[in-house]
Amino acid sequence: MSALLAAEEIGMRFGAITALDDVSLKVDPGEIVAVVGPNGAGKTTLLSIISGLIKPSAGRLVPPVPEVGWAPQQQSLYKALTARENLELFAHLESVPDADAAVERMLEQTGLASRADERAGNLSGGNRQRVNVALALLGEPPLLALDEPTAALDPAQRERLWRFVAELAHGGTAVLFVSHNIGEVQRWATRVVVLDRGHKLFDGPVEELAAGGELEQGLLALLAGWEEAA
Amino acid sequence: MRWLLRKDLLILRRSRLLLALLVLYPVAIALLIGFAISRGPSKPHVAVVDETPPGQTVHLGGREVQVSSYAKGLLAGVTEIPAATRQQAQAAIESGRALAAVVIPADIVARIGSVNGPTGLEVLYNGNAIEQSIVRAQIEAAIAKANVEFSRQIQGAAAGASRELLEGGEHGPLGAPANMIGLNRIPSVLRENIKGLPAGRGRRELERVEAFATFAKQSISETGKVLSTIGQPLKIRTVLLHGRRTPLDTFAVAVAVAISLMFVCVLQAAGGLALEREENALERLLRGLVRARDVIAEKTILAAGCAFAVAFAMLAGISAFVPLEWSRVGQWILALAFGALAFGAVGTAIGALAREVRAATLLAFILTLPLALLALVPEGAVSGALNAVIAVLSFLFPFKAALEALDTAVNGASPALWVSLLHLAVLAAAFSVLAALGLRRAR
Repeated sequence: MSALLAAEEIGMRFGAITALDDVSLKVDPGEIVAVVGPNGAGKTTLLSIISGLIKPSAGRLVPPVPEVGWAPQQQSLYKALTARENLELFAHLESVPDADAAVERMLEQTGLASRADERAGNLSGGNRQRVNVALALLGEPPLLALDEPTAALDPAQRERLWRFVAELAHGGTAVLFVSHNIGEVQRWATRVVVLDRGHKLFDGPVEELAAGGELEQGLLALLAGWEEAA
Repeated sequence: MRWLLRKDLLILRRSRLLLALLVLYPVAIALLIGFAISRGPSKPHVAVVDETPPGQTVHLGGREVQVSSYAKGLLAGVTEIPAATRQQAQAAIESGRALAAVVIPADIVARIGSVNGPTGLEVLYNGNAIEQSIVRAQIEAAIAKANVEFSRQIQGAAAGASRELLEGGEHGPLGAPANMIGLNRIPSVLRENIKGLPAGRGRRELERVEAFATFAKQSISETGKVLSTIGQPLKIRTVLLHGRRTPLDTFAVAVAVAISLMFVCVLQAAGGLALEREENALERLLRGLVRARDVIAEKTILAAGCAFAVAFAMLAGISAFVPLEWSRVGQWILALAFGALAFGAVGTAIGALAREVRAATLLAFILTLPLALLALVPEGAVSGALNAVIAVLSFLFPFKAALEALDTAVNGASPALWVSLLHLAVLAAAFSVLAALGLRRAR
């Protein structure tokens, strides 16, 4: 199976700071790939490059402009507009064919149909996050990039969101997400990429990193070994 | 851009406070300015104490003038509160019924008739600095007017006496002999009589008298002209080098409209762009959905449209109070449109710097208000270096250009409207570039 997206030898510098150094990554259809690492590892920078928000200082993406649905950590929507109006606006801006049908489909898929005409500012944090993800999915992109998708959600909302994401992946959509929640990564991701200070330390199945079945232990051991070597 | 504009109009429609402000603002300001300009100022209350004996008169140029009626004329610019004594006047000031008191001294008639210098009127003030300034200006203007009137009367009396000396006759000055010969005739009479006299000492003496009489006649003839010069030595003659004179009230209209245009436009454009960042929507938009320049253009156009409507409504409202030339409406539209676009661009540049609406609004207010006020400082009113700094700032910020365009459009103050419009267009482009740079930095 050919990769949906390949990031090859990506480097990113902000002045004197190296945010990413020679990072390569492939994502296949239907995969759920978690990007983890300590603060300042370069996770959000990598996601921003793949989502087309910023251009890398070095390396390339294949395809150069990948079709990515992007849901940032901080919800990106207009609180004065309703959920439906937010979706309609971005559907038209993205030139989605049959925008109205796409909006209705997305409201149904995300379980927002009954709250569609409430202003986004009046929705709960979980529902706002669902609108945020729905906006990313409007154009039915083959790859969904999620930055800390469950950061502001309670356990029930997290569970519902992940079930929805898993269904998307089951349908062939690739999902690349950044998270600090190792429990969620272990439960939902099929592959994990570990970054630290701009370097890729690990890229493989979750089970491979999980020492004795615990991903957190394996991750800590990997980071400690890297720290020692450095 | 169409969908962005639609979204912003929807958000604007839902911001009831902002919408109400946009509708009520021009109405309120138009009414305020209209009433302020069309109604004269109220007269300050001044207590007047006349200490002169009742019925006392001043003799001026052959006319008897009652001191009390003269004082009333003097103080026509104030609302008089009668006070019998100085104590009553002071009480009126202390109680707040009067802002000042004018005391006409008992010896005013004697002092006017004497040669001991000017006669003093005592003025007592109260109130704050502004009230004092208003009353002081009113009273000083009244005194200046009275001095001119005194001068005119004295000049008239002196001119009459000179005329009697020159022409003679039965109605000469007080104490003059009957059928008095005038100076005009004396030289010719003397010449006739000298002709018949033999040469000698007597004839020479009379020839000297004739020469003196000729000189005196010429000198006194010049007296009238000299006296009129003393009465008002300096007169103002105004020459306008180019364009038309703008009446102060219609210039005030141009200033008020320009300030409103600036505030509505800059605040809305800055707030609109900052809202995109506050809602974290800017990154989503600029991820290939719209170009940064389209976002800037959309915010500028929306803000300019709203500000244009507000400013035009203000002009229309004010025209109910102040005569404005509706035949120039095409020029109003051009000036308002170019001014609004330039202010809108300034707003987007400010909005691109701020991460949230409140910060953008505050920044817009802090930046625009002093720059607008600086543009109103007249040239040469401050020292050279500061003047140059103000001139540069006023050139770089659109307020002065917008005001000049509006003054020209509304009042025909300058024949070259296009110069101001070109200036505004260049500033709009420059601030749009700054906004684009700000957005790039923000990403």
